[in-house]
Parts: sequence; structure tokens; C-alpha cells
Amino acid sequence: MSTLVRRRTDWTGITFAVVLTLVIVLPLLVVGTWAFTNVWRYPSLIPQEFGLRFWNQTLARADVWSSISMSLTLAVTVTVLSAVICLPAAYAFARMEFPGRSILFFSFLAGHAFPKFGLLVAIAGIFLQLNLIGTFWGVVLIQLVGTLLFMIWIPVAAFQAVDRRMEEAARDVGATPMRVFWSITLPQAGPTIAAAILLSFVGTFYETEGAWLIGAPQVRTLPVLMISFINNQPVIQYGAVLSVLLWVPSFIALMFARKVVNSGSFARGFGG
Amino acid sequence: MSVLNIKDVSKIFPGGTRAVDTFSLDVADGELVCLLGPSGSGKSTLLRMVGGFETPTSGQMTIDGDDITHVPPERRPTGMVFQSHALWTHMNVFKNLAFGLKLRKVAPAEIKRRVEAVLELVGLGGYGTRAVTQLSGGQQQRVALARSLVLEPKILLLDEPFASLDQHLRERLREEVRDIQQRLKITTLFVTHGQDEALSMADRIVVMRDGKTEQIDRPDIVYREPRTPFVAGFIGTMNLIEGTVANGVFSKAGYSTPVPVADGPATQAIRPEALELTLATDNAQGKVHRVTDFGTHGLVDLELLDSTRIKAMVSHPGLFQPGQGVALAPKAIAAYRDDILIHRGALTPEIAARRETIDA
Ligand SMILES: Nc1ncnc2c1ncn2[C@@H]1O[C@H](COP(=O)(O)OP(=O)(O)O)[C@@H](O)[C@H]1O
Ligand SMILES: [Mg+2]
Repeated sequence: MSTLVRRRTDWTGITFAVVLTLVIVLPLLVVGTWAFTNVWRYPSLIPQEFGLRFWNQTLARADVWSSISMSLTLAVTVTVLSAVICLPAAYAFARMEFPGRSILFFSFLAGHAFPKFGLLVAIAGIFLQLNLIGTFWGVVLIQLVGTLLFMIWIPVAAFQAVDRRMEEAARDVGATPMRVFWSITLPQAGPTIAAAILLSFVGTFYETEGAWLIGAPQVRTLPVLMISFINNQPVIQYGAVLSVLLWVPSFIALMFARKVVNSGSFARGFGG
Repeated sequence: MSVLNIKDVSKIFPGGTRAVDTFSLDVADGELVCLLGPSGSGKSTLLRMVGGFETPTSGQMTIDGDDITHVPPERRPTGMVFQSHALWTHMNVFKNLAFGLKLRKVAPAEIKRRVEAVLELVGLGGYGTRAVTQLSGGQQQRVALARSLVLEPKILLLDEPFASLDQHLRERLREEVRDIQQRLKITTLFVTHGQDEALSMADRIVVMRDGKTEQIDRPDIVYREPRTPFVAGFIGTMNLIEGTVANGVFSKAGYSTPVPVADGPATQAIRPEALELTLATDNAQGKVHRVTDFGTHGLVDLELLDSTRIKAMVSHPGLFQPGQGVALAPKAIAAYRDDILIHRGALTPEIAARRETIDA
């Protein structure tokens, strides 16, 4: 006779965790290991020699540094431009009724609903006519299109969650509509919009196809350089070092996201 | 010195709802007028038009003679307190109050002085650094009131500011707001759907129904002399009995009482406190259904012979038991026909004497 309730083993949860580990953590671990390996020959399970040799070699290359600065400049430029264009547009979507509103709104989704590469090739054709191929602004333009979805859809939800009475109260004490947007609506929607901006920054930083198709060979971002390393170099470590470098923005983004989520302001941003 | 004039204002929403219908009202300087009416009667819409958040479809509004009908809210001399306080949660109490002053380019030292003074006024001295979300509901409403007051508006607008608070707190804040309003002598328009709130605060009450005015009067007059059955039923407890008048006598089931009006259908209105009950066995006009003892007085629920339910206030509830027969002796009645008052009167001894003969 036993009244003891045995906790059922949560096989779904365990399977899920294991698969996640295999798919995400393991490759990261392998790549991370490779980056700090001097010698690793088959069939040994662990490297014969650890070291920073390839870091020194990689970081000594001028093309690595120029691609890092190119990637940063691109990501910042695209994110700022995207914010300037998309945030007011998102506000208009959230607060105003105008003809063609829904069609326009869903058109941002359309860009992501079809195979991206085909679309890119078509755009590349147009850019060729416009002499934008191989230029910095050509890449900015193509990546800007890529950020539209995040930078419109997420802020629209954030703006819609802002209490209209708060905005009216600000009008009531003397704020113009513009001032209400900057002093009330934007800060209220702030955490969620920060998340959108972060997503667009990281997304732009990692974006490869557009940057390669439009920018190559003049404009070389870090991911594009990494691909050419992997394709052209027999040495795995170069690619591994670069990919570890590429983790940095991800970690910063994750840390920021954690802070925002923990503070509860993220939920507040969604009207929670 | 600020007066508000509303002249023939209507608001028809795009969907076709006529929320406010040719509404006119003059609010005198320093007066507190309550807009009272059931939910959906257009009170908020009217208030929001005065505040500038809705544009009237037709009509005109002036403050001290200046036409404000099409002035945007940020340039109106009005201050609005919302039901949901609508405080800016990303600013602390001080910043909430200072925002409007900053927009007016008031010097920082002066802002500090005025914010602190108004916080004292609403009983929240020293709360400046608090986060808005840390305050209780009552404190949040006080801050919302202070946010409007600190700008010294000509007209103060309040839209059911206490609706989300509990009864006890509501009563206290009601008194505080009334005190502050009288101290500052600020012209005020107050929206509520609670009749006790209107009765206890207002200089005048506007009873609204379907966007129209039913009655505009002092609270005591609205209470004692409601002009329509709607007002009679909405303010306080009122027995409304539908019956017919024949030969100057109103009757309904076994109940009858003299009413000097022409023959025809009529609605009789009697306050519970104006209805005297006596135990009766033979000529009972009604039957006691339930007795509630409130300590200071009792309330008897009774049924007329055709099961119409009415209420009577009695000073000795112990005298009545459910099931007992009672006779009804109204001391003051009003009669309405087609929504219009056709008779009001205390029953004089002479009429009362006539009643004896009817009863017999
Ligand atoms: N923005 C709006 N659009 C359409 N109809 C509205 C709007 N605001 C209010 N109404 C309608 O107008 C009527 C009056 O509403 P309201 O002024 O809020 O009444 P109250 O404040 O007395 O409850 C209601 O029928 C309501 O549905
Ligand atoms: Mg309302």
C-alpha cells in the first residue's frame, strides 16, 4: 500500500533538452574548441595541442579588421536608418486608419514569405542597372529591406499596447502630438522597441546572402569573409576563430534581453 | 473667474451612434456640475469634447467667451482626470506633475515649489520620488488630480475618477475633491454614474439619458422633484407604479390614492420614506415579502395584489413579518404621463381625509 505519488519522468522535456543540446550547443562547442586548437588530428577525440596561434594569425590579417569595421558600420547604419523610417511608420500603423493600411502592413511579411535568394537575385538585377552592386549603400539598402519585418511588426504591437489615455493626458497638459510621441509613447513602448532594434542589429550583422550578392567583392562583411575562409582555406581554425568572433554580438544581445525580460518591463511593453 | 458654455452640441460617431444630442449647459464660475446618467448616456463623450479629445459634429463651446470648439487639447485651458488615472508609469510622481510645467517653460525652482505645494494639497507631501506603480489606487487618483491642478486650469474635468476604488475610499476622496474644489473655487465638470456621488458633491446635477438632458437642477431638487420617471427612478430609490387614473383616483391592483389629474394611464412615483405602512387584515393592499433591518431604520419589500414589488421605509421593522397584509398611505407622490410630470404634491390633511372615504 503506497500513497506515494511518483513524479512521472518528463520524457518530452528530456528529449527536447537533449535535441536542443545536440543541435545548438554541440556545434558551438566543436567550433569553440577548434578556435583554440593548434593541432587536432584524426582520430583523436580531443585536440593534441591547444593554443592561440590561429587567433594571432587571424587577428594579424588586415582583411579581418576591415571586415569587422565594415560589419559594424553596416549594422549601425542599417539599424539607425531602419529605426528612423520604421518607428514613425509603425506608429502610424498602430494609431491611424488610412486606405491600404492592411495591404501595406502584410506586404512586409510577403518579403519573408517567399524564398529569399530568388528575391535577392531579382533585386541584384535591378541594383546592377542602378550601379549599386558592390557599393556600401547597395548593401545598406538590401539589408534595410530585411529589417522591415521586425522593425514594423514588433513596434506596431508595442505602440498598440500603450494606453491611449496616457497619450491624451499628455496632450491635456500641453504636449503637441510630436512631443507626446517622444516623451510618452516611445518610452512606454521602449523595452519592446529596444528588443526590435537589437534583433535588427544582430540580424544585419549576421546577414550573409544579401551582403555577398550585392556587396561582393568590394564590400566584405565578417560573415562573408568567414564563408570565403571556409571555402578557400584548408585550415578549419580560421573559420572557427571568425565564428567565435561573431558570437560577441549574440552574447551582448542575449545579456541585454535577459536584463529586459527580468526587469518585467518587457512584459509591460507588451501591455502585460 | 471662468465660465463654460456649451451650446447645442451634438456628437455623432462615424458608426452612426448619436452619443450626445443637442446638449446645452452653462457652468458658472466656481461651480461643480455633475453629469449623471447610466452607462452609455454620453457623459464621457461630452466631457471629452470639452477637453478637446472629440470634435463635436455640431454646436459650440466657449470658455470665458472664447470659442474652444476646434482648439486642440494642448491649447485648451482645461485639465482632465481620467478614470484609469492615466499616469505615465515611466516617470515618478514628481516628473508626472512637472511635465506640463516644463512644457510651459516654468523655471526649475518654481516647478519644484508648485509641485510640492500641490502634493501637499492632495495629501501626498513628500511622495515626489515615488514610482507611480508603487502607489495605491487612491494615491494614484490623487496624483492624477494633482497633475491637472498644478497647471491651474480654468475648467477641471473629471471622468468617473473614483470608479475603480472601493466604496470607503471613494467616499473619502469624494469629500477631499469637493473640499479642494471649493478651496480653489475651480469650475468643475464631474462625470459619474453613481447618484450618491452626484448628490453629495454637486452644486447642480445634469441627468443625462441617450445623449440628452433629462433634468438640470440642484441635487435636493433633483431628488425631491424629479421631472421625469427616468430621473425619479435613477436618483435614489423610487417606487414607480404603473396604473390608471379615473375620476381623480389613481389605482393599481388593490391600491388606490387620489391624484387630481385627467383620466388616463399614469405612473405614480413614491419614495420609500414617503410611504407609510399599517398592518391590515381585511382591506390589505399589499403583502409583506421581506423585512430588512438597517439599525437606524428598516426597509419593507412588499407586493401589491398583482405582485408589483415596492419598497417602504419604516422606523420599527420589528412590527412587520413576511406574509402579513398591509395598507399603504403615501405622504407625497408624483404622477407622470408620457414621461412628463403631471402632478406632484404632499397629501394634505384634506386629501388624506378623502383617502379614508376611498379606503372605506
Ligand atoms: N469612439 C467611439 N466610437 C463610436 N462610438 C462611441 C465612441 N465612444 C463612445 N461611443 C458610443 O457613444 C455612446 C456614449 O458613450 P459614452 O459617452 O462613453 O457614455 P458614458 O460615458 O455615459 O457611459 C455609447 O453608445 C458608446 O458606445
Ligand atoms: Mg464614461
